[in-house]
Amino acid sequence: MDFTYDDEQQALRDAVRGLVGKKYADFENRRRTVADDPGFDEDLWKALAEMGILGLPFDEEDGGTGAGPVETSIVAQELGRVLAPEPFLSSVVLAGGLVAMAGSDEQRAEVLGALSAGEIVLAFAHDELTGTETRAVTATESGDGWSLTGVKEPVLHGARADRLVVSAALPEGGTGLFLVDGSATTRTGYATYDGGRAARVTFDATPAVALGEGDQSTVIALVLDGTRVMAGNQAVGAMEVALETTTAYLKSRKQFGVTLNTFQALNFRAADMYVSLELTKSIVAWATMVLAEGTPEEVTDAAARASLQVSRAGRHVGQEAIQLHGGIGMTAEYSVGSYTSHLTALDHMFGDGNHHVRALASRVGDYDEVDPLA
Amino acid sequence: MQLKLSEEDAAFREELRTYFTTKIPQEIRDAVAARHELTKEQIVEAQRILNAGGYAVPHWPVEWGGRGWTELQRHIWHEELQRACVPIPLAFNASMVGPVIAAFGSQEQKEKFLPKTANLDIWWSQGFSEPDAGSDLASLRTTAVRDGDDFIVNGQKTWTTLGQYGDWIFCLVRTDPDAKKQAGISFLLIDMTTPGLTVRPIELIDGGHEVNEVWFEDVRVPAENLVGELNHGWDYAKFLLGNERVGVAPVGATKRVLANAKKWAGDQLSDPLVASRIVELENELLALELTALRVAANSADGKPHPASSVLKLKGTELQQAVSELVVDLAGSASLASGAADDATDLDFWTRRSTPAYLNLRKASIYGGSNEIQRQIISRTILGL
Repeated sequence: MDFTYDDEQQALRDAVRGLVGKKYADFENRRRTVADDPGFDEDLWKALAEMGILGLPFDEEDGGTGAGPVETSIVAQELGRVLAPEPFLSSVVLAGGLVAMAGSDEQRAEVLGALSAGEIVLAFAHDELTGTETRAVTATESGDGWSLTGVKEPVLHGARADRLVVSAALPEGGTGLFLVDGSATTRTGYATYDGGRAARVTFDATPAVALGEGDQSTVIALVLDGTRVMAGNQAVGAMEVALETTTAYLKSRKQFGVTLNTFQALNFRAADMYVSLELTKSIVAWATMVLAEGTPEEVTDAAARASLQVSRAGRHVGQEAIQLHGGIGMTAEYSVGSYTSHLTALDHMFGDGNHHVRALASRVGDYDEVDPLA
Repeated sequence: MQLKLSEEDAAFREELRTYFTTKIPQEIRDAVAARHELTKEQIVEAQRILNAGGYAVPHWPVEWGGRGWTELQRHIWHEELQRACVPIPLAFNASMVGPVIAAFGSQEQKEKFLPKTANLDIWWSQGFSEPDAGSDLASLRTTAVRDGDDFIVNGQKTWTTLGQYGDWIFCLVRTDPDAKKQAGISFLLIDMTTPGLTVRPIELIDGGHEVNEVWFEDVRVPAENLVGELNHGWDYAKFLLGNERVGVAPVGATKRVLANAKKWAGDQLSDPLVASRIVELENELLALELTALRVAANSADGKPHPASSVLKLKGTELQQAVSELVVDLAGSASLASGAADDATDLDFWTRRSTPAYLNLRKASIYGGSNEIQRQIISRTILGL
């Protein structure tokens, strides 16, 4: 059991922090970047590729750098610290992760090679409207390939993506995965409240290539679990800075002729934020290690547990960060409210806290206790 | 980063597990599991068995019975004790006065006290708190005045846990009334059979007799019982309160009660409200356990880690929350707390649930109240 990062991992952190810090340490730059489409900096995307970051999770033969979840988690934390809007999570970890797990040798080399080189952006089109309005995406065999029909929304960075990984109902039942050219679809892009981008993507007998054969539900579930763990790491980075910003503000802001840290009522709330953050760091680091070393069942369990804690703590830290700032925390110009906004987005991308409580509650009677050292 | 225990630590864990579950009498472990109050004899017996195996005071200096374990091994030891329902070695002996004597006592004091302290041949009580010195401990007023080869002690200590069993009491006493608060305090060892020393019980809201007042009226204490230097007692007290980072959070015991609560819940476990409440508690406990591991596994210097305050704060909150859950599971059956076994058909756990819940309200008050912990976090860690 070891929670420390080795020298190489520490160097990776420093390198990523240096690169994204140059761009976004000044929050105004981040504001400007997310104001215009595609909502991130294409040059920084290329620079991340040159540093080997975009290929981090992929095998070397697929064009990647063959690092593991711990390295990927370090990148996610650093991106979270500056709210970097580059689609690392949705494009590399999630969509790239699906290609890495389901794709053929040729597909992996082609798609992941281009992704690792920063030549393309990838998106995973998965979520659909629920209820009577649904136009679920279905797959039909057509000649040598497949065609897809239906609507996916919201698709993170779906309007900018060069290639889409699409989940679709198979004729024989089950859920297949397909590769689709972004330009072959009809797309309406829009901004999300945290400066991110998403889109409605419409498929109308759109040509598609199968990614893996038959039902890919297990692959999707596994990659989503891994993505949840990385989203948790990104949230940890964001929470760290939200707390740092808050304590710095308490020490400098004066009211009644004294700095705010004169008031115990405020300091105690900051202390509780620290408690939430420390617990979250521990469980997210553990889930990252389970992702690196555990079985699929263990990963599913750890991802749910970490996500639950991230959800609860993200809300606590985010809400208190604004409250302890007062009015300035509400403004778009000052950074801290955007951290709360992004934490809220991360909380709802892949299932919120209650989603995970529901999953965990369904098996709570199956075991005596949770033993992280078992 | 490494998830699994090393082979060495895994074997270490197995060795402890075997010892705890085969050497400690089953009745004692059953009593702990059922949340019975233990008798003095049971506590003493368990500690002596642990001591015989070298498991009572592993964190002491090696020459006095310590084992030179890593912080992680100490963490494992503490968790395995709780998992096996073995009473933790008496804190006053093993965690408090023992390390102080070992670090600051004279050679005579070490030889006289340490072996008997480890083996619980001497039962120590703690004489720190006073009626007007709680969180503000340094405002204590019990005095010790030099008279020839003795000190004459006068004053009153309170909240003396299990003082009714105490053979000796280690006290903070004021030896220089003119010095500023912390500066005039000394650390004195007092034989509780000395004339003028009186122990009076305090009845608590759970109906039990756990704490006491201890009165000192012209109690004559040989000067050789002073630990370390005169007027340096505050340093030793800080050492005593700060040198524990392992075992600050009662994770294992709380996990055990929660695991039992799932059994006690029976059909209630299919109630989504109950199931989700248990899930949330399990998850917070997991996050706390991992934090305790992170603190233990990352520390080599043996210095108090600031995150100890997180462990104490969250650990006691969860301990209380789990005890509250058990009361709710018991429902109205929890009212029958005064019923003897032959006077009721209600399960023991239901009758025990509320006294345990009420008793544990103490957890966020003792050992530096949780408000003091927030103060430490905001000052020491956040720099506020």
